[in-house]
Amino acid sequence: MAPDGTPDLKVVGTRPIRPDGVDKVTGRAQFGADFQLPGQLVGKVLRSPHAHARIRSIDTSKAEAIPGVKAVMTAADMPEITSEEAFVGEGPADFKDMSGNTMARDKALYDGHAVAAVAATSAAAADAALAAIEVDYEVLPHVIDVEDAMVEGAPVLHDDMFTSGVDPKPTTPSNVAKRMVFELGDVDAAFGKADIVIERKYKTAPVHQGYIEPHACVAQYAADGQVQIYCSSQGQFMVRAYVAKLLGIDISEIRVTPLEIGGGFGGKTLVYLEPLAVVLSRKSGRPVKMAMTREEVFRGSGPTSGGTVWVKIGAKRDGTIVAGDAVLKFQAGAYAGSPVGPGCMTAFAVYDLQDVRITGYDVVTNRPKVAAYRAPGAPISNFGVESAVDELARELDMDPVELRLKNAAKKGTKAAYGPTFGDIGCVETLEAVKDHPNYNVPLGPNQGRGVAAGFWFNIGGESSATVNINEDGTAVVATGNPDIGGSRASMAMMAAEVLGIDVERVRPIVADTSSVGYCFLTGGSRVTFATGMAVVEASKSVVNELKARAAKTWDIPVDAVEWQDGRAVPAGSNAGDFEPLSLEDLAAKSGRTGGPIAATSSLNAQGAGPGFGTHLVDVEVDRETGHVKVLRYLATQDAGRAIHPSYVEGQIQGGAVQGIGWALNEEYIYDDQGRLENPGFLDYRIPVASDLPMIDTVVVEVPNPRHPYGARGVGEVPIVPPMAAMANAIQDAIGIRMTELPMSPPKVRKAVDEQAAAEE
Amino acid sequence: MYAPSFAAPTTVAEAVQLLANASGVAKVLAGGTDLLVQLRSGILKPDLIVDTKRIPELRTITSEGGGYRIGASVSGAEAGEHATLSRDWPGIVEAVELIGSTQIQGRASFVGNLCNASPAADSVPALIAAGATVVIAGPNGEREVPVEEVPTGPGSTSLAKGEMVVAVKLPPKPARTGDAYLRFIPRTEMDIAVVGAGVCVTLDEGGTCTAAKVSLGAVAPTVLVVPDAAAALIGSKLDDAALAALDAAARAACKPIDDKRGTIEYRTKVAGVLARRAAATAFKRAGA
Repeated sequence: MAPDGTPDLKVVGTRPIRPDGVDKVTGRAQFGADFQLPGQLVGKVLRSPHAHARIRSIDTSKAEAIPGVKAVMTAADMPEITSEEAFVGEGPADFKDMSGNTMARDKALYDGHAVAAVAATSAAAADAALAAIEVDYEVLPHVIDVEDAMVEGAPVLHDDMFTSGVDPKPTTPSNVAKRMVFELGDVDAAFGKADIVIERKYKTAPVHQGYIEPHACVAQYAADGQVQIYCSSQGQFMVRAYVAKLLGIDISEIRVTPLEIGGGFGGKTLVYLEPLAVVLSRKSGRPVKMAMTREEVFRGSGPTSGGTVWVKIGAKRDGTIVAGDAVLKFQAGAYAGSPVGPGCMTAFAVYDLQDVRITGYDVVTNRPKVAAYRAPGAPISNFGVESAVDELARELDMDPVELRLKNAAKKGTKAAYGPTFGDIGCVETLEAVKDHPNYNVPLGPNQGRGVAAGFWFNIGGESSATVNINEDGTAVVATGNPDIGGSRASMAMMAAEVLGIDVERVRPIVADTSSVGYCFLTGGSRVTFATGMAVVEASKSVVNELKARAAKTWDIPVDAVEWQDGRAVPAGSNAGDFEPLSLEDLAAKSGRTGGPIAATSSLNAQGAGPGFGTHLVDVEVDRETGHVKVLRYLATQDAGRAIHPSYVEGQIQGGAVQGIGWALNEEYIYDDQGRLENPGFLDYRIPVASDLPMIDTVVVEVPNPRHPYGARGVGEVPIVPPMAAMANAIQDAIGIRMTELPMSPPKVRKAVDEQAAAEE
Repeated sequence: MYAPSFAAPTTVAEAVQLLANASGVAKVLAGGTDLLVQLRSGILKPDLIVDTKRIPELRTITSEGGGYRIGASVSGAEAGEHATLSRDWPGIVEAVELIGSTQIQGRASFVGNLCNASPAADSVPALIAAGATVVIAGPNGEREVPVEEVPTGPGSTSLAKGEMVVAVKLPPKPARTGDAYLRFIPRTEMDIAVVGAGVCVTLDEGGTCTAAKVSLGAVAPTVLVVPDAAAALIGSKLDDAALAALDAAARAACKPIDDKRGTIEYRTKVAGVLARRAAATAFKRAGA
């Protein structure tokens, strides 16, 4: 035991080479688009060119007559399903909407909305078929901006949408799906106690997750109705459940085999192509492969919301924040279900406030339906709140880290969304920033420093793991979560830790839906925590079995056997004098001591530890071009316990970089017809490597008492603070408060010119 | 279904004959870094594609009377590695090396960049500023024209049917001459110029500018030559007044559009900024 009481660990906390690394760097790994089945057809999707249009009719006869075309489908080939709430990805949605988003039924609701699909023997025949499908559209007025969509008289997307959460319930339909309020204390009275009040409105642009791998799948519908799907996703069980629901197929008839995933970030917690491929396979009798182009990814798959964030905070002269109020309006895309709920819940979560209120609106617009994206909703509200807190620090002439330390959430803080925090590391991440050399590097002209802190819940949930001991004493760990961020490595490490063997002797696999127990999808920063817990539990069961086999061999009671360093040893001199039995010894003899050694654990993990992080960035602004250069970037984060520190650092760096892109250049550009003008990586500008400095990280470890090794989720927190940190740094550099994302060169230059004009 | 013809001749005469006799749309494939993208996206469906990379004289850089002749299929990477080209014309080499990525540099050529006829082509303002010409081969023999006379609008050139550019010619560099090219993009690479500015100046022994040429990209339907901007430099030692006059002349010449890559207002302002900055580098290189 270490002095602080944590157990001495041999594997957890080390940095072994990832087990999937060689396949990925040599190009052997099979991603979604790499998989083939004999006789497969090429499936393609016809997408709406209109932002909002009634589909009067679809004539597929000419397409069907083209040689090589084996199947054509529309929404008429999918069951019409009734409204049913589901927990989708990291937020709630509705299966009727999911069906409609997969294939438009009566109306196309955004440029890129799928309206038909074909399967043919060649890509050229499939393209010809798409061109031959005749869709009779009645083009309708459209609305892109969230606040425009809320105005009375705006084009209404769904005539059965009546705002919920307002009393009395409206009698006329609108684009506002839902209103919600989270409140603690008496906010209005609390503002009366404030010496200083900051009030401002901020705005963010919808941004895409930007995963490198486009969506892809192969589906085969057999004559007996059994369905095989091979695809890359954030959850093979998610794909199975949604395809079953959307197509009315029993879950037992569907087997989903996960392929490698080239990035998801929440964007692959949904199905787009899989139900279409299954229908096309059913109609053609052949396997069907579908893969999106990059343009389809941008036009047809979900980004996260853009939104407006109105923030009001009140503070005492000494820096004590006494009240917080915020109103969030998030666009959800074409169907209800923006992450405004988590946006509200996380808005003020880094602060210890008694009086706080957050009001949220979920609003539909003629854009692709949003999907989860790393800490869904939190970066948007955080941009507003952490910008306002920076303004407060300036008003108070107080160091922004000190102001945050004075008000930071800590053990015992009651959050606005209900719970009281246990062991959390918010203060520790702020202290880590103060202790880092970047905090005191001198700045030059037009350079500035910004800080922001962020929060994400992290989740647990349902997971399963199976540990099999092989005849030679090596082990296989099977789980059901696609490995996006190095989870194979962390699963193997946790199993090796319990079994007391080298991690190289544990082979982790991601199994198909028929070969391992149910696992909720890879998302919510849950896998290392929840699936890791299942791996630890299964491994402990294996150890108990190994001890029992040793006890049987020695003919002593099982509680007289201990497991140490991968060997069974007698518990003490009273237990008898026996040579230790290694895992190899026990595995070799398992046939004679009771048969194969294996264990499975299925659980619903509770107690995911909340995550906090603080980012500190230095920028230099070119006043003449408006270009913002990132000079230095530091991200500190509480990982609870870093199972594989390199992958924790990688998650932190990746999140920070995506946030920098969100801050500086990423946006969807629409023409006046509501058509997306930049569906590609040339004009949808995620950062390139040369845009960035090294992202420095400090991993703080405040153990999560609910995980065997103290782990917390780490994948989402790091995308929460960057936008505000960047805006705060720009303010520090040039004295201008940028309130709207992206802070692109034309906007910064314009702000500089306006500042100059105001000073004249 | 679409199936273009493809030819890879080994002489200019053969290539010209193929282009002249083609029915429908014929396109020249040098590096292909624009053409292949346009083919894949379906923007372009040529009936004939003529690959010019197997014509030896189009693959070489030769010194010619103190200047250079750069074959039409010479890649950016080859230009960058040439022993003396970047010493003599650093602005031109910098410009071509800004195109795309390291991988693209192995293919992308000056002439492809010019004949794609994008107003945002990076190498074109630099070539124009330096006074480069192109050699055009056609059914009626060869002709030589200034670079600025090739593009006539976005995607269109002054080349007649059967004609192709076979080389770029750079004049002998006068003493005390320096060139520079700068572009603005929101990122640091892998992007298309929002504004580009090429400047070439010649100084006298006292450091006063005696000749200048200024060219701007991405601010009009074609790359611009801006004589007023050059006039602002001539006779100056690049003092503040000259810089202000240069900035104003550059802005006055701009006729940009609002599009997804930039607004009229922004492009115009940045054209002035880049002209000043490129001029400063050109003066420095000229020995000021």
